[in-house]
Formats: sequence, C-alpha cells, structure tokens
Amino acid sequence: MTYITKPKVRHPSLPKNRLGLTTRDYEGAMSTLCAGCGHDSITAAIIQAAFDLSIDPHRVAKMSGIGCSSKTPTYFMGQAHGFNSVHGRMPAIATGANAGNRELICIGVSGDGDSLSIGLGQLCHAIRRNVDMLYVIENNGVYGLTKGQFSASADVGTKSKRGVENVSPPIDPVFLALTLGATFVARSFSGDKAQLVPILKAGIQHRGFALVDVISPCVAFNDHEGSTKSYMYTREHALPLLEADFVPAPVATDFVPIQREITTSYEPGSVNTVTLHDGSTVRFRKIPENYDPTDRDSVYSYLREREHSGEVVTGLLYVDPASADMHATMQTVERPLSEIPFEELCPGAKALEEIQRGFV
Amino acid sequence: MTTLARQQVNDFAFKIATVNGTGSSSANDLIRKTIFRMGVPASGKNIFPSNIQGLPTWYEIRVNGAGHTARTPEFDLMIAMNPATYARDIAEVRPGGWLMHDSTWPRPDALMRDDVNMLGVPLARLCNENFAGARERILMKNIAYAGALAALLGIDMAVIEELLSQTFSKKKALLDSNFLALRLGYDRARESFDCPLPMRLEKMDATRDSILIDGNTAAALGCIYAGATVAAWYPITPSTSLLDAFQAFVLKLRRDPETGRARVAIIQAEDELAAAGMVIGANWVGARAFTATSGPGISLMSEFIGLAYYAEVPAVFFDIQRTGPSTGMPTRTQQGDLLLCAYASHGDTKHILLFPADPGECFHFAVLAFDIAERFQTPVFVLSDLDIGMNDWMVPRLQWDDAYRPDRGKVLRAEELEHITQFHRYVDVDGDGVAARTLPGVHPKGAFFTRGSGHNRNGDYTEDAAEYSDVMHRLTKKLETAALSLPAPEVSTTPGAIAGIVSLGGCHRAIVEAVALLGERGIPVDYMRLRGFPFVPEVGAFLREHRRIFVVEQNRDGQLASLLSIETGFCRDKLEHVGTFGGLPLSAGDVVEHIVAALRGAAEPEHEARLPQAAGDTPVTE
Ligand SMILES: Cc1ncc(C[n+]2csc(CCOP(=O)(O)OP(=O)(O)O)c2C)c(N)n1
Ligand code: SF4
Repeated sequence: MTYITKPKVRHPSLPKNRLGLTTRDYEGAMSTLCAGCGHDSITAAIIQAAFDLSIDPHRVAKMSGIGCSSKTPTYFMGQAHGFNSVHGRMPAIATGANAGNRELICIGVSGDGDSLSIGLGQLCHAIRRNVDMLYVIENNGVYGLTKGQFSASADVGTKSKRGVENVSPPIDPVFLALTLGATFVARSFSGDKAQLVPILKAGIQHRGFALVDVISPCVAFNDHEGSTKSYMYTREHALPLLEADFVPAPVATDFVPIQREITTSYEPGSVNTVTLHDGSTVRFRKIPENYDPTDRDSVYSYLREREHSGEVVTGLLYVDPASADMHATMQTVERPLSEIPFEELCPGAKALEEIQRGFV
Repeated sequence: MTTLARQQVNDFAFKIATVNGTGSSSANDLIRKTIFRMGVPASGKNIFPSNIQGLPTWYEIRVNGAGHTARTPEFDLMIAMNPATYARDIAEVRPGGWLMHDSTWPRPDALMRDDVNMLGVPLARLCNENFAGARERILMKNIAYAGALAALLGIDMAVIEELLSQTFSKKKALLDSNFLALRLGYDRARESFDCPLPMRLEKMDATRDSILIDGNTAAALGCIYAGATVAAWYPITPSTSLLDAFQAFVLKLRRDPETGRARVAIIQAEDELAAAGMVIGANWVGARAFTATSGPGISLMSEFIGLAYYAEVPAVFFDIQRTGPSTGMPTRTQQGDLLLCAYASHGDTKHILLFPADPGECFHFAVLAFDIAERFQTPVFVLSDLDIGMNDWMVPRLQWDDAYRPDRGKVLRAEELEHITQFHRYVDVDGDGVAARTLPGVHPKGAFFTRGSGHNRNGDYTEDAAEYSDVMHRLTKKLETAALSLPAPEVSTTPGAIAGIVSLGGCHRAIVEAVALLGERGIPVDYMRLRGFPFVPEVGAFLREHRRIFVVEQNRDGQLASLLSIETGFCRDKLEHVGTFGGLPLSAGDVVEHIVAALRGAAEPEHEARLPQAAGDTPVTE
C-alpha cells in the first residue's frame, strides 16, 4: 500500500466556496478501505462540511488513533496537518495540540474500538475538559482493522460474522457523553449525508468538545443479519431528530465563518418513511415539539424511552450554548501559546536573582 | 560522660529523628538555612516514609567546611525526638558522639550506650509550661529543639532570629511563639551542658556565591526560563514537587499583565499515558511542552515515547527516579531507569538522556533539554532522582544569560515555505540526520501527515522494506549527531592512576569526595562523569585506557555498565559494579570501601604496598 494522491481535475463548473475552493480541494488520498465501508461516506460528509464552512485546510489539525476509521484523515483535506497517533490515544494528542495552539481547528476521527475500549479513559477526560474539537466516532460495533472482534459498542445478542454471540452489554457513547457533561452530543448514520453534514458543521462550530457518534456499518465484518450496526438494521431503526437548524451563532468561532444558514423543511413531529434503493425503508421522524436539546435531563430520558422501543435516535441530541472550553476554564490567554514570543515568556536574569533571594 | 570528643569545627553530621506530620520540617529548614547563612557549606537529606502522617522520618544535615556535601552515614549527634525509633537512632551515633533526647520522659536503661554522651532536654515540659494550645505545644517543641541545637552547635542566635523574623514578618503572634520556643531550648541547653560541643560551627565565608535549592525547584525554574508553555503531568513521588514549583512560578511570572490570564497551560492528566500524549501534541504544534514523572510513569508512557521517536516530535521528560521494580519504595532514591529510558518502547529506539548531578545542573539541563529536543525532534529525558530532586543541595548561584534564545531547530517558517516547490517532511538535506519540520497552521505548503506507522522520507505511508530502512538509518545517524551536541563527559585525572571510575548523576559528589579519600590512602584514580547519552567516542576510549574500571551507580544490576558495554562494545565483564541501591543517597565511604577491597582482592604486586590493610574495610553489601 502506498500513498496515492488523487489527480486534481479542475472542473470549472464546480461550485466554489468563500475561499474560492471547490470540494476537490477538501479531498485527500484515495481511500484504501473496503468498497462500501461506511467510513468512506463519513469522509465525504466531512469534506462537504469543511467546504461549506469555507475552512482553510492548513488551519486544520486532523487527529486519529488506530483502526480503519482512524485511517480516514488521510482521505480528506490533503492540505491539512494530520496526526495518526496510537490506538485509543488520540484525545491526549488533540488535548495537547489544542493547549498549544487553540486556533487550530481540531477534527478527530476515531472508531468504537479506539474510543470505547482502549481509549475510553482518554475520551472521557477529553469530554470532561471540554477540549475544543470535533470528535467523530465511526461506530461499527466491531474491530475492523483486526478483522471482526466485537467492540465495546456491540449490543448483547449481536452475532459476529462467524456466528459468535456477544454477551457483554455495550457502552453507548451518547449516554456516556451526556452523563459526563458533554456540551455537544449528536448521533447520525453514515448513510444519511443530509443529516450528517449539518451536524458535523455544527460540531466544528461548537466551542468545546463536540461528540458525533456515527453508525458506520463495516461491510466486511458487521453488515449481516444479527448485527445491530448493519445498514439494514440502522435504516430500519433510525429515528432522526432533524434539528439541523440548531447551529450555534457564528460568534462561537471567529475563524470558521458560517456560509449559509442550515435549514430543514420537515414539519416537527411528522414521520417520513423513505424507501431506499435497496428496497429497505427508513423512518424519519422530526423532533417532537417539546424536545429541548439544551435540557440534559429531558434529552436523557427521551433517548432512554426511544431506546426501549428499539429505536436509535439520530440528530443533534444535546447542546450547551454556553459551553466553556478547556482554555476558558484554565484561564489561558487568547493568543495561541505556541505563538507567544520568547521575550514575553522568559523572566530574565534580574528576576532570577530576585527569585534566588528565597534560596539563601 | 565519655570524653572521646575531638575538636570538629565545621565538619560533622547530625540527624534529627521525628514523626512524620508533626511539623518538624520547618524547624529543620531553619537549622539548615542558619548554618548556610553562617557561611558554612551544608546539605540536608530527607529520609521520609511513603505516607502522610505518623511514621518515622529523619532529616540529616552534613556540615563540611571543605564543601563535601554528599551523604555520610556517620552521625556525631542524634536528635532523637521519636521514641519509636530510639533504639535504632542511638545505634547510629558514632562512638564518642552525642544524643539529645526529650528528658520529659525517662529513657529505658536498656537503650543506653556507654560510649555516647546523653543530652537530656525537657522539651515537652518546657513547651507545656509555656504554651496553651495542644497543637502549639507540639509545633513549638520542634523550634525548642532547634534552640537547644543552636546552643549545642554554637549557632549564631542573631542569624536564626533574623531568619525567623523574615519567615513570620506578617504573623506577629507566630513570631513571638517561635522566639520564645527557640529561647526556651537554647537557654536550657546552655544551663545544662558545656556549650558549645567540641563539634561546632564557626562563621565562614564559603556560601556567599551559593544557594540552597532542591533539584525539582531548579528544574521547574529551568522550564520557565526555557519558555515552556504547556505542562502535562500525573502526580507521582518524587516528581510532583517539580510541577508544584512550576505552578507556583507561573502564578508570579507568567500572567498576562493586562488580563491576568496565564501564558501557560498546566494540565493534570488522567494518567501518564495521557500526559505524554499531551506533551507530544503540544510540541507538535510548536509549543515547548514537558512532563515530569518517575519510573512507573515512564513504563506507561513508553508507547508514546516510541511514537515521538519515530514520528520525530520533540518532547521533554523529567524522570525523577525512585526505587523499583514496580511501585518499589516511592520515597527512596535509585538510578534504576537508565535502560528503561535509553531504549523506551518497542522496536529499535534510542533516546537522548541528560544526567544532571545536582540542582544547578537540573536548571541548566532543563533549558538544554528543550533546545536538544527541538533541534533533534525527538524525546529527551532529564534523568534526575529523588536525592537530587527533593533534597536540599548547596550549588553555585544560578546564572542566566539574557542573550539566550531558544534553539527551535529546523522549523520552516511561512516565508521559507512560500519559496519552496514542495515540502517533504523526512528528507535529510544537511546530511546530519535531521530533517526540517513545519508547524500546523503556518502555511498551506507546510502540511504533512504525522504517523507512527511505516513512512518514507516524504512522510507517506509505506510498507516497502527499502523506504522503511532508509528512515530508520537516518534516525540512527540523527542520534549520532545528537551525541556530539550533548554536554561532554567530565574527566578528572590523577598522575599514576591505577583505575578509572565512571559514573553519572547524583553519585557525583560522593565520588569527588571518594577520589580525594582514595588519594589520601595512596590510591590514585581517574574519574569520568557522564552527562549525556548516547555516548561520544571519548567514553569508549576512557574505558579502554584504564586497566580497571569501576562503574559507580545506584542500582542492583549495573545498568550503566550494561549500557556502556552495549554502546561501546567494551566487555561487560570488565566493568566492575560499585554502588548501593537500597534507597539511600550514596556516600563516599560506600565507594572507597568497595574500591579498596576490590583492588586488594586482585592487587598487582607493584600496587600492593600502597593498599591499606584489611582491618575494618568491608565491601558494601546491601
Ligand atoms: C496497543 C494496541 N493494541 C492493539 C492494536 C491492534 N488494533 C489495531 S486497530 C484495532 C481496533 C480498531 O477498531 P475500531 O477502533 O473500532 O476501528 P475500525 O477498524 O472498526 O474502524 C486494534 C485492536 C494496536 N494497534 N495497538
Ligand atoms: S474492515 Fe470494515 S471498517 Fe475496515 S475498511 Fe473494511 S468495511 Fe470498513
């Protein structure tokens, strides 16, 4: 396997964003994932979101751990800085990068194995610190890269491709994040770009930790009957909460201008049943009228209730518009720490003499 | 009373035995600082338990006008304030020495020694008669023994009172209590004994250009002066005080004058894994970032250390070593992480290590560590230990050159990137093994992909044998270049030397004293102190030039000896291991006794005459 740069075909008719860039400018290397892998659809959604927001690619830090999902930063924004770290430890690298330069737009991509097993602790603490970043979990219920073992998000009773049944209860990243006080929690489905793109945009805009759990079927190891993370299962059970016009004001970040308002055209509370190309159906229900995505307790109970009836609620589930990120709580200066001139950091010889008076 | 007393002016050691958590440390600080202010070289060693309250703790002070301040296990005077350790404490007094105890309570006769002079002072009674509160009585008993010591050792009361006045300048009531307690002990000792004792202090002028400081405080200052802006850490003895000190300096020195906001981010991580990751992430974006930990932390950080090595991200690690393996003895010192740090992580790795010998070098090596980490884009370990990090050392006053500017290494700026066609991350343009890096967010042409997986010189993913090997060979070359930039070994030679000593770090002072003592006994030796790893060729040459080589280090298996052998190809069997590893700082005696015994055991005829006789010389075992 080698790094293949996609030929950039200039298409004069392609729409340009505020920076004069086309979606091609937000692409990366050719994907080496299995054809049909849900992760590739998420990559496409990230490309679209970054294009829509007119993000300057070189201001982006793409972070990941290890896994098929963690390979995906190679496949988007070839002109952004990437960091493919070690298994489960991306949150720490991202926390350090954000501590050092708070102006970088940090986009983390991880898997359910990466985030909920080996990296569970780091994920929890990044949430707790409210590190300013978009954190996408490409959730397929299995370890893709190591060929199909159950991950911590697999439901009890889920059958592996080899017919083994999972017996341990899953860790649901959405409930986890809500419990830990996350300030932005969303869930979507890799096959639903229309919903995913606005959520990703909102997540990038959010000042603080934006967790987006994306059900992303693994076609090689977890897209079969008996899996609750398959395309079929997800499409049949997804209950979208299309609160897509809930995007924080542009004030949240001054370097990611919102290009246009993100709106939705469905009636609140209505249900849409869409038949997809493979004949399966997806039920779209709009947010119930009393759904308040800023009230953590009611969000929690609504999700629990839907879960009991076998539905997977998708959409922007919770957001705290007054989120104070890690830098706000640490009371650090506005300027990136990496850019403060040495002269302002070093106290100098005289101060050293002064300090040493305490040592005699 | 025995009269074995010899006159010992400014050359003795005493030990204070107390109970952890009773407030004795401020009294001990007071005594040590006063001696220092009298111009007499002194050092203090804390021998403390790994718990917060109730267990025995000791403080040893060595006074030596000639400046030898390594630990000595021979005590001329014991201040036995802890009844629970009385038997053990009295046993440590040299014949003819003294023992001061609280005579409020009777001492069991069984614990007496005919060859020790007993000095009973009713400290508890004096405090009970003069102070009302229970807590105050306990605290003031410490100041009272300081007062008694002042009388016994001839400490200048004016100096000690001035120090107290400075300490409690804003707390009048406390100052009054302290003055009273000090006087109670002082007067009672003067009334009861022939003060001062034959071992006593006299004012000198040998500390004027020095300070008393511990290594962790000095290292924290070094980080501030180096311009570090991100610190990530997880608490562990004996490294915690480094971050405590850093935080304290930050409060004073790193506030934005207008907003009061911090020009630094200090993150207490969830564990050492995360701490290491944060340091790597912060360095990756161009901030100077560090962590401080001890052996168990390095074990956890190893995966990330390998990533930083292979992806070539600078990172500074302070390893304040303590005894291992596993949790070991958290409050005891050792040099047990040499091999762990030198080759941390899986695969072929090798890391830069710096070996400070005292707090002064902790300060300077801290600054250097950031420069070297950035210049060579790799992890750098400052290998300190509990003895250096947490004990009070006398070192030359720290100097700072305002002309210093950080060495950021090969970092391409926006203007440089503007003019190149394409940036390739891992291409060795200068032939020194070091490729230029870029920082995120600076310029579109600087973007690259950092990865811990196989990559070629462009930074692209590869599983190609030749491309992979190409990068790995360059990393070898890079470390070879780095070796030449590290602080050079310090070599001292003696005419007619019959052996060479090689050592590092906190052993240094004991060895300097040992070399002098060996010289007095007619055993001339050369001494090489290593200050950095990887080793320069000179190191191998020193080994080959000496017929016998003693490697002094504080661990069981001779880790430095192994490292020397691996890296220089010198026969491991010819490197003789010297040193203790039981957790206490090395003393000159430990070194002298071992070398004398070893040389006698295999002495060659022409040297035999010069070797001392066997009586009393036993090799050190622990
Ligand atoms: C310390 C460590 N342990 C184990 C592995 C092996 N490993 C690589 S990827 C992976 C699981 C990836 O699963 P997930 O994060 O769910 O991503 P997916 O491949 O499903 O997208 C494992 C266990 C590793 N790279 N490092
Ligand atoms: S193994 Fe699964 S997760 Fe990995 S690329 Fe293939 S489909 Fe995607």
